[in-house]
Amino acid sequence: MRGTAHPSSYFRSSPALPLRRFKLILSYKFFTAIMRLVILEDYDQASEWAAKYICNRIIQFKPSQGRYFTLGLPTGSTPLGCYKKLIEYHKNGDLSFKYVKTFNMDEYVGLPRNHPESYHSYMWNNFFKHIDIDPNNAHILDGNAPDLQAECDAFEKKIEEAGGIDLFVGGIGPDGHIAFNEPGSSLSSRTRLKTLAMDTILANAKYFDGDLSKVPTMALTVGVGTVMDAREVMILITGAHKAFALYKAIEEGVNHMWTVSAFQQHPRTIFVCDEDATLELRVKTVKYFKGLMHVHNKLVDPLYSMKEN
Amino acid sequence: MPSNKSVSDAPIVQFTNCRILRSHQLQREDLWVREGKILNPEKLFFDEKGSADIQLDCKDSIIAPGFIDVQINGGFGVDFSLATDDFKSGIDLVSQKILSHGVTSFCPTLVTSPPSVYHQVLPQISIRNGGAHGAGILGAHLEGPFISKEKKGAHPEHCLRTFEEGAFQDLLATYGSLDCVRIVTLAPEMKRSSEVIRELTKRGICVSLGHSVANLSQAEEAVQHGATFITHLFNAMLPFHHRDPGIVGLLTSDKIPAGQRVFYGMISDGIHTNPAALRIAHRAHPKGLVLVTDAIAGMGLAPGRHTLGQQVVEIDGLNTYIAGTKTLSGSVATMDTCVRHFQEATGCSVETALEAASLHPAQLLGIEHKKGTLNYDSDADFLMLNDGLYVQATYIAGEEVWRQDALGM
Repeated sequence: MRGTAHPSSYFRSSPALPLRRFKLILSYKFFTAIMRLVILEDYDQASEWAAKYICNRIIQFKPSQGRYFTLGLPTGSTPLGCYKKLIEYHKNGDLSFKYVKTFNMDEYVGLPRNHPESYHSYMWNNFFKHIDIDPNNAHILDGNAPDLQAECDAFEKKIEEAGGIDLFVGGIGPDGHIAFNEPGSSLSSRTRLKTLAMDTILANAKYFDGDLSKVPTMALTVGVGTVMDAREVMILITGAHKAFALYKAIEEGVNHMWTVSAFQQHPRTIFVCDEDATLELRVKTVKYFKGLMHVHNKLVDPLYSMKEN
Repeated sequence: MPSNKSVSDAPIVQFTNCRILRSHQLQREDLWVREGKILNPEKLFFDEKGSADIQLDCKDSIIAPGFIDVQINGGFGVDFSLATDDFKSGIDLVSQKILSHGVTSFCPTLVTSPPSVYHQVLPQISIRNGGAHGAGILGAHLEGPFISKEKKGAHPEHCLRTFEEGAFQDLLATYGSLDCVRIVTLAPEMKRSSEVIRELTKRGICVSLGHSVANLSQAEEAVQHGATFITHLFNAMLPFHHRDPGIVGLLTSDKIPAGQRVFYGMISDGIHTNPAALRIAHRAHPKGLVLVTDAIAGMGLAPGRHTLGQQVVEIDGLNTYIAGTKTLSGSVATMDTCVRHFQEATGCSVETALEAASLHPAQLLGIEHKKGTLNYDSDADFLMLNDGLYVQATYIAGEEVWRQDALGM
């Protein structure tokens, strides 16, 4: 019967097609959209893989005076291992942040900048103080600015002036949010003021001595649209408590209740996870992507070093 | 990269690869210094977009606040209780020499002396900052003459006095001037001592109890009137007795006014106090322990005879006695030796030993907001020590003022 052609029938009818298709794929190699799900055994290995990837991307970019590599950065417990590895590469002399510009995703509103739980404190203690980044190139939203929307607009402008973000590294909340784009956020959103969802406040309480009244209720955050504008996005997801959110983000549809799902439509996204984070995925999905690890590992092996330059 | 100069364009020095004593712990953090003070690097990074101009690798040293010696009678042949013509150069010599012991601030101490000595010497002591010329002078410590005859120790009996008649006026007449006086040691059982203690405390002078036969209630009364220190605990006071602990009982007294802490000096040279006694005191009241040297003119010199005010003393190794007797008279221990010995004898942590010579004396004198810690905005008086707590380098106001050279001299 006509009209019921199955794609596989195209191949059967023409023996030369597989070779042509292969050459087609090769020529589109640098323009094809790609989604990778990189699954490592545990938190430490996932952190290391992510750090190696970032390291290689920076070095291969060959940043220099006037040609900065722009990096979007997250906070929270997930990226700590990754930051530690990056610091290690820096201390070994393999990686310099001299020509790297960073843009953090978010910051609490109304928390004094030197409060131990502010994202400024987090970035200083866990990253900036250990590396050689120029303070003028480390951008974090100011949650105490007199005009918060103006602060957000200025942040968008800074990203634009820096030439856009080369690689935006992010995490995922248990409710599937990216940055503070809580469930229900517009998938086209830009940097703005957000009221935090109860889920987020509860998840953050552990950083404020378990006292809910001390947790900030508002934050400035990059929008989903802001992160979607990045040339490449890497999402770090580790731990069983994030498993359901990962499932919603990549096995269900694009949905503003699980804002990370927006990255299904981004041309270059990498999800880096540990085994525990895959617990809610289908076995088929996990097996498929684990089977691709030999391809994924080519992105981090060899690990480049600035010493060679 | 220098800062954006919005606050200052003075050079910023970052001491790296070190362990610093902060918040009662040795932390692996860098120490940042600008304009003689400890700088907050996070504020520098975010507010001024600044970073270090100079980075110094400390080779994994311990960095601790400079030691503060609140009882030192002299050293290197200099006796602070002797009114010589070259008294000023004597005090300069000692202040310079003790840098190598890790002392960055001190209180030159005068033992019981005739009024003429106080009138001549005190005007020559000025409170001043330390630097390359030597350790800073915080003010004089006057140990006597208003002390007990029974517990005079090495102090000359003929110079002892009371303030029975004119209380504070008697004291003022004896000393002449209190301008540069920081601490006064007296015996609280003396008549009218409460008035005197209140007057001194009102003027910001720290009152210390010592060379006394006071019982515990007399000592507690003195504390209630403002006394906050005990001069060389155990020495020159009644021994601890279980029905009247005497001055020693202040360590665990429940009559100390709220918000007030009693500090006590200890000479941990291994001679003045048995290590077991040192441990008892430390365990009873660890936050009050202040290490002092009580060093005399012979400190830093060869064994033999030296003067201590109106007396002649004899040095034999670490022991110093009034010549021809077995009465201890001061010590020849150095501050860093005392810190090491204290740490060994009590088995306490390195942090505790270091704080007993820096934080606690600063708290005693009410200057811990600028001395005795490595907190942001404190004066950058600090030491580099190795793991054995030997001083490798001394810094005052962020400048290196002494360094252990390769020959170890």
